[in-house]
Parts: sequence; C-alpha cells; structure tokens
Amino acid sequence: MSGVEGFMYPNEVGLQWSVLIVLYPFITGLVAGAFILASLVRIFRVEAIEPTYRLALLTALAFLLVAPLPLQLHLGHPERSPEMYFTPHSTSAMAMFGYVYLWYLMAVLVLEIWLDYRREIVLWSQSSKGLPRLVYKVMTLGSSNISERSLAIDNRVGWIVTLIGIPSAFLLHGYVGFIFGSIKANPWWSSPLMPVVFIFSAMVSGIAGVMLLYMAITKLRKLKIDVHCVDSIAMYLFYIFIIDFSLEMLDLIHRIYEADESFRSLNFMVHTQLYFSHIVVQICLGTLTPIILLGITQVAKLPEIVRKRIYAVAGCLTLIGIFAMRWNVVIGGQLFSKSFLGYTTYKMSLVTREGLLVAIFLTILPLFFLWALVKLLPPWPAKISPVAAAGD
Amino acid sequence: MSVFKDAGHLFRFAGLFVLAFLVFLVVRHYVVPKSFGQYGHYRGAAIGEIAAHPIKFAGHDTCETCHADVADVKKAGKHAHVNCEACHGALVERLPNPEQPKANLYERMVALIVPPAPPDSPLLRHAEDPMSVKPVLPDTTVLCARCHTASAAKPKGFPQVAPADHSQGLACDTCHKPHSPAMDAGGAK
Amino acid sequence: MNMSRRQIMVLLPAAAIAWKYVLAGTPKESPNYKMSEHWWSMLIDIPKCIGCGNCVRACQTENDVPDGYFRTWVERYHVSDWKMTNPEIVMTNPMIAPEVISPDGGKEGFPVATDESGKYFFVPKLCNHCADSPCTQVCPVGATFISPDGVVLVDQKYCLGCAYCVQACPYGCRYIHPEKKVADKCTLCYHRITKGLTTACCEACPTGARQLADLKNPNDPIHEFLKTHSVQVLKPQMATGAKVYYNDLDGSVR
Repeated sequence: MSGVEGFMYPNEVGLQWSVLIVLYPFITGLVAGAFILASLVRIFRVEAIEPTYRLALLTALAFLLVAPLPLQLHLGHPERSPEMYFTPHSTSAMAMFGYVYLWYLMAVLVLEIWLDYRREIVLWSQSSKGLPRLVYKVMTLGSSNISERSLAIDNRVGWIVTLIGIPSAFLLHGYVGFIFGSIKANPWWSSPLMPVVFIFSAMVSGIAGVMLLYMAITKLRKLKIDVHCVDSIAMYLFYIFIIDFSLEMLDLIHRIYEADESFRSLNFMVHTQLYFSHIVVQICLGTLTPIILLGITQVAKLPEIVRKRIYAVAGCLTLIGIFAMRWNVVIGGQLFSKSFLGYTTYKMSLVTREGLLVAIFLTILPLFFLWALVKLLPPWPAKISPVAAAGD
Repeated sequence: MSVFKDAGHLFRFAGLFVLAFLVFLVVRHYVVPKSFGQYGHYRGAAIGEIAAHPIKFAGHDTCETCHADVADVKKAGKHAHVNCEACHGALVERLPNPEQPKANLYERMVALIVPPAPPDSPLLRHAEDPMSVKPVLPDTTVLCARCHTASAAKPKGFPQVAPADHSQGLACDTCHKPHSPAMDAGGAK
Repeated sequence: MNMSRRQIMVLLPAAAIAWKYVLAGTPKESPNYKMSEHWWSMLIDIPKCIGCGNCVRACQTENDVPDGYFRTWVERYHVSDWKMTNPEIVMTNPMIAPEVISPDGGKEGFPVATDESGKYFFVPKLCNHCADSPCTQVCPVGATFISPDGVVLVDQKYCLGCAYCVQACPYGCRYIHPEKKVADKCTLCYHRITKGLTTACCEACPTGARQLADLKNPNDPIHEFLKTHSVQVLKPQMATGAKVYYNDLDGSVR
C-alpha cells in the first residue's frame, strides 16, 4: 500500500478528517478568543483595550458565520445536518454543536452586538437611503426608542450577556476539545487536558488575531495605532500564552514519563512524520519565539516602533503556531495505526471538496465578512484622529 | 410600568426567539421519522430495512435439499465441515436494473451536492432457478491451492503441500475427488 | 454430479418452498424471529484459521463491500524469536512489536511464509458488536446503534457521514462507504441471521474457525466452549464489552 509504513488496520489507511476539520477548531478558536478580548473590556474594565472592543465582536461574528462551512463541506450528507437539531444524541459531544452554535450566535454575539450598536442603528435607519436604510430599519426591530433609560437598560443587559458569553465561548470551543479528548480509542487525543488546552490556545489565537486586525485596519485607515492599546493586548497575550504553553508541556512531560503502550509509536511519529509541523512550526516558531519576543517587550524598555514591529511578528507567528497545533492534533491523530505498528500519510488534495484550495478560501472568507460588517456597523466613531505619524 | 416601555425592543428580540422555537417544534414534528425512538435513540424501522437486504449465499442446507447425494459423500470424508459455497461460490447473477422512477425536485437538488449511490440491481440465484443460473465448476488448480499450499504460517496439523512438488502442475482433481479428497478413504480417482 | 430430469422435477418445488422462507423479507414476514430471544456474538478459533481468505471474499460478495474497504479481514502475525544479539529489551521484544501483514485484508490469502523461526498465526477480525460500544456513543444523530438482539448496525438513510464513529472505534472496523458516503461496517449479516442462516463468513470458512453464536440460546455450543477454553476479546482494557471471542489469542495481538 502506498504511503503506509509498517502495519495499519486495512480501514485505517485513508484519513477520515481532513484539513477542513483542522480549520474548524481554528476558526471557532478565533471566535472564542476574540470574544474573551471583548469581555476584558466589558467585564474586567480594562480601559486600554477599549479601541478594539467593537472590532473584536465583529471579528468574532465574521468568523462564526464561516465556522459551519468546513463541517458542511466535510459531511458525506450535509443535507441531513438538520438531524443534529431534531434528534441530537445526548451521549455525543458532537451533537451539541448545533445548539451551542445557535446559542452563541444568537443569544450571545448577535444580541451583544445589537445592544451595543442599537443607538447608531436607529440613527442610521433614519439618516441613510435606499438598501442600507431598509437593512437598518429591519435591524431596529421596529423600535426607535433610544432614550437614556432604554440605553441604560441595553447597557445592563449587554453586561449580563457578556458575562454569560464567557462560559458560552468556553463551551463553544471547549466542546471541540472534548470531541477529541473523550475518544479512548485514540491515545493522541484521549486526555482530560484536551478541552483546556484547546480553550487556552483559542484565547491566544483570538487575541493575537484581533491585535493584528486592529493594527492592519488602523494602518489601512491611515491612522495612528493606539500604542497603549496594543501594549495592553500584548501583555494579556503573553500571560495567556505562558499558561497555554505550560499546559501543553504538562501533557508532553506526562506522556514521556508514563510511557504507556502508545508512547513508542507516538514518539516515533512526532520525530518523523510530525517533526516539521510539531517541533519546528508549532513549538519553536509558533510558541517559543512569540513568547520570547513578547517577554522581551515586557521586561525591556523598547521604543514604540520596535514594540509594534515585534507585536506584528509575534502575532503572525502565534496564528501560524496555533493552526499548526490544530493540524498536529487532528491530522497527527490519524497518521498512526491504532495497532501501534504502523503509519500512513496524509495526501491533501488540491481541488476537491476537502482540498487545499477550499481550505484557503475558507480562511480568507471571514475577512470578507468582516469587511462587510465593518462597512455595515463601523466600529469607530465618525470623528477621526489626526493622520498617523511617520514610521508607523 | 415605564421599564417595559423602554425595554420594548428587548421583548421584540425575545419574541423572535419564541417564534423561531415554535416553528422549530412544528417542523420537528413532521420531519423526525415516526419510528424514531421505538427501541432506542434511532430509527426503529432501520432494523427491518437492514434485515431485508438481498441474500446471496444460499447456505448449505438449501444446497443439500437438491444435492443430497453429494452431501452424503461429503459428510463421510475429510471435507465434511467445508460448506458447498466455500468452494462453489454464491452462484448469483445480477439482472439489469429496472426502470428507476424519476427523481423528484428535492432529490435532484440533493444529487447536486451528494451524488446518489447506484441502485442495487435485482439478483437471480441458482437456488431459485437452477436452469437459468448454471454453476461453473471451479478450477481446482487455483481453488485447492488457496487452502492447501504449504506455508510455515499454517497450523502444523493442517494438510498442506507444495503444489509444484506434489502435482507437477496437474489439476488437483486429476487424482483427488473434491467432495471426499483423502486418497485412502475412497477419495482417489 | 448428474441428476436425472425426474429428480430435478421432484426436488425443484421443495427447494423453491425452502427458498421462499429464506427470502422472506422483514422480521415481520419472519414471524418466528423475535429480537428479544437472541444476543448475537461470534467465536473465532485461532488455531483453526489457515489464512485462506475465504471469509473476506464471501463477505465482499454477500454485502457488496467496495474494494479497498473491509467489513472483515485477516491478519497474519509472526512473533519471532528474541534477538539475543541486541539486548535492548523493549525495542526488540517481539511481543510488543510483532510482524503483522494483511495484504488486501487477506482477501487473496497470504504469501507463502518460509522463515521457520518463531510462531505464526492468523487473526480474523471484524466488528466486535460491543455491548458498550464507543462508536454508538459518539454518533451525533442516532444513526448507529445496537439492536435489541445485540448487533451494532448503521442506519444508512440517517447517517450524516461525519466519520466520528470511525474515529471512535478502537478496532478499526468501520469505514465511510466511498459511494454512499455513509458509515459502513460488518452487520453480522443481520439479513441472514434473522432468517436462520449463518453469516457469509462463517458459511465460507472451510475449517470452522469462525462460528456464529447466540448467547441467549441455551443449546448454543458457545456456552460449553467458553467453559472449557481460554478465551479473550481484543483490547479488553478498552472495556467495550466486545462480543467476538477469540480462542487461544496470543498476547502480541493488537
């Protein structure tokens, strides 16, 4: 059999879960992480991050809208996916996807965005023309009440929604970790740490993602990046990254120490098949390098321009690293045989329904949605600050 | 109370939820298959559907209804526990597919995403219609070698030979009667 | 075999009637079959298996299994002698790393083995129809289940093809059907056993290494067999309640 080393059960040779299933936790991770950043402002009152508050919410929504697509494209029968709503199996972690997704979309994200923007939506519904006017009018749900009291109520309810949103975000991404972590048949996945590692790496990716988007969009708008803001975001990124790295190291050290039945096979796999994606990309480039870079900015007094460059580099490496982590979990878990006697290879196709081109398209698509959302619900006030200083 | 006047928009939002939930319940009532939950969290009718799959191997009891003489010879020999179809195969032919009913609009739309599996064509079996499905006697050179070719991997007590040394390329049934193959028990030709 | 026309004329109607009962469609039409009276399992006698691959071929014929996918397959184990030249115990322990092959699932048998050292044996594998099956636990919609008579089945009209059950099976017995795009696996020939026939693989096995068993039938030979032989299931540490019992299963089997 081509691509097989050693012995694999005959049905195991072809991978079941492709790059699209790698993409799905990456996307929901960005959603959860972006929302946590927003909650830092709303619940924990970190004023410095306020400029990214609305952007974080819109980013979360843009990615959440794309999230079901990789799953639908992967299913053998996507037309039957409503069955998850009609007859969800209570013992299956995957069955909760439909309801958790819907809850998070409507009762958390859409509600919070609506409450935060409602005053502007009502004003825009009165001031704009044509199609946008119709859209805004629908979004007001027919109510044009923007009195002081109604806005105060909105604020209070929004605060509660954000509060509920934090465990909801953990559930939205944590259940994916549990989908993998609860499979006793697969020792690479089976671990109680899996949902926790997923959640923390999600926070890291979401925070890095929003930071990069804020820096990129601000530059596109030819404005000055609020350094205080990105300094603060980078600090949270650094500390949450430390926790994430510690959890992953704990898992690794525990595996090496206990060296159970699966260890030899998995160890060999990490040193051969997964060497590049796991050791080089995920650990060295994607975790250690950003941590060291961010650590330097925390201890050394560096000029603004250097700090911004470091944040941009660290942010990009972080996103690559977290994607690599999802890859190593999903693809890595299918490369070795459950007999521990052999390995297979993942042949990623290019133009099929689950191929590389589709994966690239799905990664870029949320940015288009974000662009549309930013146009529809501009996150920044109409009055703009002076033009950016040179050298940004 | 004035709080309701200023929270009207919230009630409208909640109202949308309630409406959507009611629509969901109605749709669910019609869409979930009736036998779902009959024995457990699955469609009870599936059990019957699976049990109705077409049978291909008739089973040695059916063969022996007509071929009792062969069965008697076999019962007394070394191949007593080898069932008829283990060597003779399933003796089944496929008939051409009948006219398929035209797919409705929904099925055609689904077919755009998920191409439908080809339909199962009807079967004709020797057990039902011995005149139409004539069995072809297996080639013993190939058939017998499958089990009896000597290999270090096979159990030591199992009769096995190296075909090239043992028969010099002659077909096995030149000397052995397949239904009772032992040479010293009346199985020689 | 030569039958006279007369013999055929007499026996044909008898065969037709026998076949009519065999062909009776649903359990409704087989009124004698009550699911609550059966708890199906299988017994595999390792010393009897000669690796001929008849079972794999018969299963493919009976169930239209696509090439490259297997509802049942046979593995050949070669547990060689200790390599005393290299004393590094773990890495050369043949019990931990036996040589295993399964060329095309054993469908066309196995190549002739010439190395006389160590020991060889064949292990036919199939769905274990676990009583506590992890695969039915993870199905998000209830498309796979264990029937009241102990057979784990897939409802192919309901399955989404998400492949979660394929990931959850510790034994690698499931696959996604390449054309139907739904989960597929051994059904213990449910369409046969509910009509008094045995499974295709047991029917085709020339040595009696595979035997269908009904644990709820007090007269089934499996009860006596389990009392008098050393019997194991695959991966007992997974606590899946596997119901395929292996006689004389070696500790090196994965």
